[in-house]
Amino acid sequence: MPPAMGTAGQSPPVPHASWLSQTIAIAMKDLRIEWRSREVVYTMGFLATLVVLVFSFAFVAGQDSSIGPGTVAGILWVAVLFSGTIALSRAFDRERESEAIRALLLSPVPRSAIYVGKLAATALVMFVVELIVAPLAGVFFSARMAAHPLWLALLLLLGTIGFCAVGVVFSAALLRSRSRDALLGALLFPIVVPVLMAGARGTSILLDPAADLDGAMFWTRFLLVVDVVFVAVGLWAFEPVATGE
Amino acid sequence: MNPGLLAATVLCALGFLGIPFLIAGAPVESTMGVVQKIFYFHVPCAWLLLLSTIYCAVGSVQYLFTGSERGDQRAVASAELAVLFGACTLVSGPLWGWVAWGYPWTWDARLTSSLLLWLMMVGYLLARRYGGPAARKLSAALALFAAADAPLVYVSVNVWRTIHPKTTVVPSLSPGMRGVFWTSLLLFTLLWIVLFTVRLRLERMRASMTQLELAYEDAHA
Repeated sequence: MPPAMGTAGQSPPVPHASWLSQTIAIAMKDLRIEWRSREVVYTMGFLATLVVLVFSFAFVAGQDSSIGPGTVAGILWVAVLFSGTIALSRAFDRERESEAIRALLLSPVPRSAIYVGKLAATALVMFVVELIVAPLAGVFFSARMAAHPLWLALLLLLGTIGFCAVGVVFSAALLRSRSRDALLGALLFPIVVPVLMAGARGTSILLDPAADLDGAMFWTRFLLVVDVVFVAVGLWAFEPVATGE
Repeated sequence: MNPGLLAATVLCALGFLGIPFLIAGAPVESTMGVVQKIFYFHVPCAWLLLLSTIYCAVGSVQYLFTGSERGDQRAVASAELAVLFGACTLVSGPLWGWVAWGYPWTWDARLTSSLLLWLMMVGYLLARRYGGPAARKLSAALALFAAADAPLVYVSVNVWRTIHPKTTVVPSLSPGMRGVFWTSLLLFTLLWIVLFTVRLRLERMRASMTQLELAYEDAHA
């Protein structure tokens, strides 16, 4: 018998895990599930591509003229947000199977770690899809996606974090609702309008060869502020919401 | 019915009988003409949309963090009033804009943020109705995000030029208009208080009905 063990019947001492390692454990769990099934990346990526294609059929098919950077940026962001609801609804849908959510809530992990872990995993998966869809949109609309690739990626990442910060809270609350798929989008879109506006405006400046980059700087900073506000409210609201009824 | 509420209702009814005459008698604005009189209806409604949303967020915070049932009841009553007065604002504004600007809608900071605020409050009621077991918490979280979101929407749209009349319109009104405006504003706020009180009573009665039903079921189980 190892000397550290107490008397029979007592559980062995649990090593105290830091908040960060708990958060990473939760994010890694979701990413591992996603890596094995690739469900969200495939379905979300396919839908996002289709949204871009539908717009290109509606706007440019049959005409030689290409459309302006403002419209391309708008189309890219609409595709990202619409397809992003798939990633969000799956974030907690998986926990519904075999009542995994109960185990997750019972585990000795602070709610904030669950929130940030879910947020990180969902945003990362969405971001991977965006890295595929953005160049595609560039090809379809002959837009200059490669002009400022890192900056564009930063805008997309910041926008995705803001979107997921709200979405993860709603997705958790809608876990047991029958109309969750219809409701998630309906509740989420009015709130994430600042994300959409800042992202689309910033992207359109980056795509425009004649534009002044100060504007893109403003929208990048604005997205950062939106992220801070949304994550703060999300952290605050997630605990009572996840405790549920 | 408690006497205070009765008195407020009577006062409100008399006021709404009288205010059309006051508005008709107010001086006609020189450049816009008669259409400017929508202002006496539009601005109080917009103010009540804002008041209801803030009140809804306050009630929701109380409910989420202290579990206060009263906070939740206040939040749902104000959310319904926000949708009502928001609809009045969003209909009367374009009617005025049609004549004064020549087009009913523009993506100006105030118009956009009122529309989004209204949509979020409609979302609040949808979440409450169809949100399943955690509906009340979901709608409370939504109200919290809505309150945090409103300034962000305002700033993001305001980066473009805004053509909505500024809030500095009110002190610049001629004395005849100012009196009518403040009377109208007070009257609408009184109407809000009456509606809010009645709606809150209904919500409380509903809650006590549920409790009675549960108690009855327990006793006969």
